[in-house]
Amino acid sequence: MPLNYSEEQSLLRDSARDFFTTTLPVSNLRELRDEKNETGYSTDAWRQMIDLGWGGITIPEEFGGLEFGYKGLGVIMEQAGRTLAASPLLATCALGVTAIVEGGSSEHKKDLLPLVVGGEISLTLAVDEQSVHAPFNIDCKALKEGSNYVLSGQKIFVLDGHVADELIVVARTSGDTTSREGITLFLVNAQSKGISYHPSVMVDSRNACRINFDKVSVAETQVLGTVNQGAELLDFILDVGRICLSAEMLGSLQEAFDRTVEYLKMREQFDVQIGTFQGLQHRAARMFCEVELAKSVVITALTALDDGADRTSIAEQASLAKAKVSEVFKLVSNETIQMHGGIGMTDEEEVGLFLKRARVAEQTFGGIGFHMNRWGELNNL
Amino acid sequence: MPEKGLSEIETFRIEVREWLQKNCPESLRKRWPDPFAEFSVLRKLRTGDSALWLEAMITKGWTAPTWPVEYGGGGLTRHQNAVLQSEMARVNAPEPLLGMGLSMIGPTLLDLGTEAQKQAHLPDIITGDTRWCQGYSEPNAGSDLANIQTKAEDKGDHFIINGSKTWTSGGHLATWMFCLVRTGKYEKKQQGISFLLFEMDQPGITLKRIKLISGDSPFCETFFDDVKALKENLIGKLDDGWAVGKRLLQHERSSIGNSPTQPSGENLKVPQLVTMAKQYHGEVNGRIDNPELRTNIIRHLMNRKAFKLTTKRAFDEAKAGASSGDTTSMFKFYGSENAQIQHELMLEAMGTNALAWEGEDFSDTELETLRSWLSGKATTIYGGSSEIQLNIIAKRVLNLPE
Ligand SMILES: Cc1cc2nc3c(=O)[nH]c(=O)nc-3n(C[C@H](O)[C@H](O)[C@H](O)COP(=O)(O)OP(=O)(O)OC[C@H]3O[C@@H](n4cnc5c(N)ncnc54)[C@H](O)[C@@H]3O)c2cc1C
Ligand SMILES: Cc1cc2nc3c(=O)[nH]c(=O)nc-3n(C[C@H](O)[C@H](O)[C@H](O)COP(=O)(O)OP(=O)(O)OC[C@H]3O[C@@H](n4cnc5c(N)ncnc54)[C@H](O)[C@@H]3O)c2cc1C
Repeated sequence: MPLNYSEEQSLLRDSARDFFTTTLPVSNLRELRDEKNETGYSTDAWRQMIDLGWGGITIPEEFGGLEFGYKGLGVIMEQAGRTLAASPLLATCALGVTAIVEGGSSEHKKDLLPLVVGGEISLTLAVDEQSVHAPFNIDCKALKEGSNYVLSGQKIFVLDGHVADELIVVARTSGDTTSREGITLFLVNAQSKGISYHPSVMVDSRNACRINFDKVSVAETQVLGTVNQGAELLDFILDVGRICLSAEMLGSLQEAFDRTVEYLKMREQFDVQIGTFQGLQHRAARMFCEVELAKSVVITALTALDDGADRTSIAEQASLAKAKVSEVFKLVSNETIQMHGGIGMTDEEEVGLFLKRARVAEQTFGGIGFHMNRWGELNNL
Repeated sequence: MPEKGLSEIETFRIEVREWLQKNCPESLRKRWPDPFAEFSVLRKLRTGDSALWLEAMITKGWTAPTWPVEYGGGGLTRHQNAVLQSEMARVNAPEPLLGMGLSMIGPTLLDLGTEAQKQAHLPDIITGDTRWCQGYSEPNAGSDLANIQTKAEDKGDHFIINGSKTWTSGGHLATWMFCLVRTGKYEKKQQGISFLLFEMDQPGITLKRIKLISGDSPFCETFFDDVKALKENLIGKLDDGWAVGKRLLQHERSSIGNSPTQPSGENLKVPQLVTMAKQYHGEVNGRIDNPELRTNIIRHLMNRKAFKLTTKRAFDEAKAGASSGDTTSMFKFYGSENAQIQHELMLEAMGTNALAWEGEDFSDTELETLRSWLSGKATTIYGGSSEIQLNIIAKRVLNLPE
């Protein structure tokens, strides 16, 4: 498929852009932060997004979704990134929906997907147990007792962890802590007895939560995919999440870049606009090149998902996108602060919020090194 | 559309495949370390399979696949040309003819030449009966090209040229030059310049070869002492040649940033880089056994992939009519910088053997790696240096103030 957006997808992007700039401007994130909002996103705005059908953007029509594909979700997330909008798009629509569509039984799909479309439930993935992403380092145990499993362990940095209604929990049913074998995914109701929530206040003012599982009983019908063979399913869910997150990051880094270029035209020192200085012009031009590369890896990865490419090539595109976009976002967010001078250091100026988001997004589901190494392995390097 | 089965384009693909199978000599089907040296040779100087291949491709017009048939071109659509290129790549068929005729002056004549000028020059460019060189740079006109001083005087039906050019690539092999000269008065340097074509084999032209850091001597200083150019070979209007010269530079840049054979046989180096790294540093579980080199190679190859995807995206967007054209402004800069990184990594991967200048202790690959590392340094200097490219992006794309 060609690497450009169709007319329909472009129209969706334009209306998403309008929506986020009017309904969820950057100032909304600041408000959530300052009022220490407990939900972590605007439920009103989410309701409006649900009414636009975005909750079911990738969900098959038979479950009430729009079946508009990942490029559809991608253009929405890109625009959400432009205003740093907090919403359940990543945790629910990218991670949760993929887990159920790919790993759920027909009952799970029939019962849950229409509720997602209607905005009645939100989902998330609980995978990481340590500060550095290592998705197969799983110590959280699920022991079989009769027709149930008993879950015990701890998850950290669970996106929307304290507000999601259903948790997809990655647990160990056999094997060593670092083994790909012996991993199983469970669909766990957030109200289940034995779960406790400890929200983490992160620098980007977005939702993350430590969750403890103390002998939580889960019926064996709640297994997603195959017992002990969850690694492949997990890879795919994560790859969809990484690709959609890359789309969001692409929006954020473009916005930060655009604002910087505008600032160079506006700010005057030495009686001229600072954008006349070649020392800044060349750095801006180099950033332009990098931003162009970032756009290409994102649309390629979204296209691979929509084309139903094989899992290996999706893994390759996901790691290329996540590594490259993280690198570019890091560059742009640093240069943004630098080129804004002292103003960029203030809390009042919004560019600092982009810097903060850049680092959290970079670490989410694998940083630059993780994905370079993974891409290298996939390419036999 | 044929009624059943294959689309037109698939039928074309099959025809091309069969034709190449018959007509592309086996001996040429390989990766060439320096395709330019081999396939820029004039038609009349070709021998053996290289001559056979050129003649076969001329009959199809496929030395210039997308140019109009009336001048001897192939008349292919972009889509058909993409099929031709992919089929050629499939069997490792080299481009039959390379040079500034096809990549620079030809496309410029197609854009801005008169009908008579097209008829006079395009057929010989397509067949390789002429070989062209570029008379732009002078000692005091490099990046600041409009600073040229070489003069042409109007003598009725012809001009008389005096002055000198430098860095004339292939000047000693060329039969024609396209040249920027000063013909008129000016307030701004860009005014009063004209764009002329003339033959190299005439009295008054003296060449002095220049030797490069790579040991090669591919270009010359060129001196003009009453050299003659006919009026009919003035391209564009008198004193208005800057516009023509700039158009040609656009073609030059897109051929540098985007071509499969340049800069310096980059195609060849990609699989080689990984093979060499594993060969010289060893391999553990399929990994290059040197963490620092491995990381650098991975980063480079990811960037290279991202760049390739960007050229594809720009092409797809243009085809869909959804392009601002901004993206292409990065191709020359990024493509040439990236190719240099590749050369640096090759050297790093191969150790001291790739630093050998000559001698039987060293393999061809080792010796070639060093030479192409050195000659590759030029790609960020000519065709508008990297700094000039960044100036262009800053001003034209980002609209930063002067
Ligand atoms: C934490 C902090 C504490 C401070 N404390 C004090 C203090 O106690 N007292 C005090 O008086 N000031 C203080 N300052 C102000 C500080 O000195 C200024 O921020 C600094 O001089 C830069 O000026 P600016 O912020 O106006 O940026 P600008 O001058 O507007 O610069 C914006 C960008 O343009 C670049 N730029 C500017 N001119 C050129 C040029 N000619 N060529 C190339 N690039 C150029 C800059 O490098 C920067 O990247 C403080 C600043 C900070 C951040
Ligand atoms: C291998 C090779 C082949 C060539 N072939 C030909 C040929 O066939 N015909 C021909 O006419 N010419 C040819 N050239 C010449 C080439 O076009 C010039 O080298 C080029 O235009 C740069 O000019 P210069 O060498 O005078 O460098 P200069 O212009 O003197 O540049 C020196 C340095 O200053 C930088 N610089 C200059 N201006 C600016 C600016 N405004 N802002 C920031 N930095 C700037 C440059 O980027 C460069 O790094 C060739 C050159 C090479 C190396």
